[in-house]
Amino acid sequence: MTERITKNMARNIYFGGGLFAILVFTGLTFDTVKQIPKLSHDDKITESVALGKKVWENNNCVGCHTIMGEGAYYAPELGNSFQRLGGGDEAVFKTYLASWMAAQPLEAPGRRKMPQFHLTPEQVNNLADFLIWTSRVNNQEWPPNIKG
Amino acid sequence: MKYSSQMVAKPYFIFALILLAGEIVFGLAMGTQYLFGDFLFPAIPFNVLRMVHTNLLIVLLLFGFMGATYYLIPEESERELWSPMLAKLTFWIFAAAGVATILGYLLVPYATLAESLANSFWPTMGREFLEQPTLTKVGIVVVVLSYILNVTMTVIKGRKTTISVILLTGLFGLAFFFLFAFYVPTNLSMDKFFWWFVVHLWVEGTWELILGALLAFVLIKTTGVDREHIDKWLYLIIAMTLISGLAGTGHHFFYIGTPGYWLWIGSIASAAEPIPFFLMILFAYNMAKNRRIQHDNKIALTWAKGTAVVGFLGAGVWGFLHTLAPVNFYTHGTQLTAAHGHLAFFGAYVMICFTMISYAMPILRGRPHGNGPKSQKVELASFWMMVLGMIGLTLALTVAGIMQIEMQRLPDAAHALGFMETQAAISKVYMVRLAFGVMVLLGLLTYFYSFFVKEEKVYA
Repeated sequence: MTERITKNMARNIYFGGGLFAILVFTGLTFDTVKQIPKLSHDDKITESVALGKKVWENNNCVGCHTIMGEGAYYAPELGNSFQRLGGGDEAVFKTYLASWMAAQPLEAPGRRKMPQFHLTPEQVNNLADFLIWTSRVNNQEWPPNIKG
Repeated sequence: MKYSSQMVAKPYFIFALILLAGEIVFGLAMGTQYLFGDFLFPAIPFNVLRMVHTNLLIVLLLFGFMGATYYLIPEESERELWSPMLAKLTFWIFAAAGVATILGYLLVPYATLAESLANSFWPTMGREFLEQPTLTKVGIVVVVLSYILNVTMTVIKGRKTTISVILLTGLFGLAFFFLFAFYVPTNLSMDKFFWWFVVHLWVEGTWELILGALLAFVLIKTTGVDREHIDKWLYLIIAMTLISGLAGTGHHFFYIGTPGYWLWIGSIASAAEPIPFFLMILFAYNMAKNRRIQHDNKIALTWAKGTAVVGFLGAGVWGFLHTLAPVNFYTHGTQLTAAHGHLAFFGAYVMICFTMISYAMPILRGRPHGNGPKSQKVELASFWMMVLGMIGLTLALTVAGIMQIEMQRLPDAAHALGFMETQAAISKVYMVRLAFGVMVLLGLLTYFYSFFVKEEKVYA
């Protein structure tokens, strides 16, 4: 097959194909950036949600957990934790999260351990708001079931 | 060695190998923590181990690419490196910044690190693989830019070959897409979307250009096949890389709050992503078959073929396994992802570094014909230990992933096991994974030993 292709032809496929791919990808990028705010309910990002994302980042939560399926696979998915652990009720979820964070690390020999992060009640509240917001992102109904 | 400035490659190669040893040791520690949650806890929690493990990989590959480039570019350009001094200087800056960052991860809680290095001034920390403090990221930019400047000036002033121009294109791409590491939107979906511009467009885009160029260089040197032929293959490979890989980024845009059309575009485009890797196999084996010279450094050619084959398996086959949206719906974020990640990075990128090191290091150490037969024998043993170790580890993670999907994802909510129960149920498989990990480390130690094998005087 390659005998019939000359170096010049191959180079033209590279430049032509590469340029085409870049244009398509750039076009789709602009469209996606336009659509994400609606799909993710950007208008619902309160100051608390934004602060909660900072708590999430500054404690490197993604180093153990996944969120919408991305991250490490050592600890449970948290994109749907609001439904799984809070039953979709904000007050229940916030109470649960506060007591969970306070109880770490659990006294359970051999079990994978979550560190104690010494978060303030305010930070836990922000984190909860961030996770609640995340759970409402329209992400094609992923994960397949509540277990994450 | 034709040009004395090629010598600057040596410390880069050595440091890359040391970092690789560190990466594997931290990987083994993680594998152990998977089984025994109290291991090293609370001294080094899992997220810290993982951060060190993955960051060491990224930095070692950058060192490997830099060393490879500094060796290759003078020979391709037929002149000395523009500034060997700058290359030596950036080595020490990069090594010091790298070591300081890793020590920071290990000695200080991450949140304290973020606070004390004024992350709030320009927050970029706390995202997977891009955990480095903003200061370190700026350092990476400075080092990479000075490296690109050095290479560009050398290429401009010397002979321009297809290999050097494509390598340079890859490097500019690498630098450009890293800039997205500085953009962290408040909206998590937007954040994830642009995060992939660094991660995917590095490993499934610009890095493949670098990989192709390095592979082509070693093939020219070890087979003596003429450039016309090599260049043609290289163009075909990178053409397919861009055509499949750019829109193929879409396979990461299925379930993160991005538009539904990515389910189709991502699936179709990324289904073609194995093609460039398959072409690399044909490339390596064809060139080896049509070789004009019998190079004494046989092991370098073995690595070249190996990187093509294992890269195809890890990136191509294991990538394709879960790249179609309906499949990925169940596999997304399971151990199957980890399986693919391990073999792809090892096969495509760690092994191309081994290929370059295996070819160049003997020359840098005054052995133009490669290491002696005894040393090459030891290196061949290390090759198989590492390759089989990585394939075994990947198979174990694949089994773990399939079990996880069966127990946790496929059943309905009433019958599915929770995450922690599922993990407990597959712990035996993690034992197998750890054993193969130990095999990889033993392989690397054997590789190190091959540097010190004493030869009987064969050639006077």
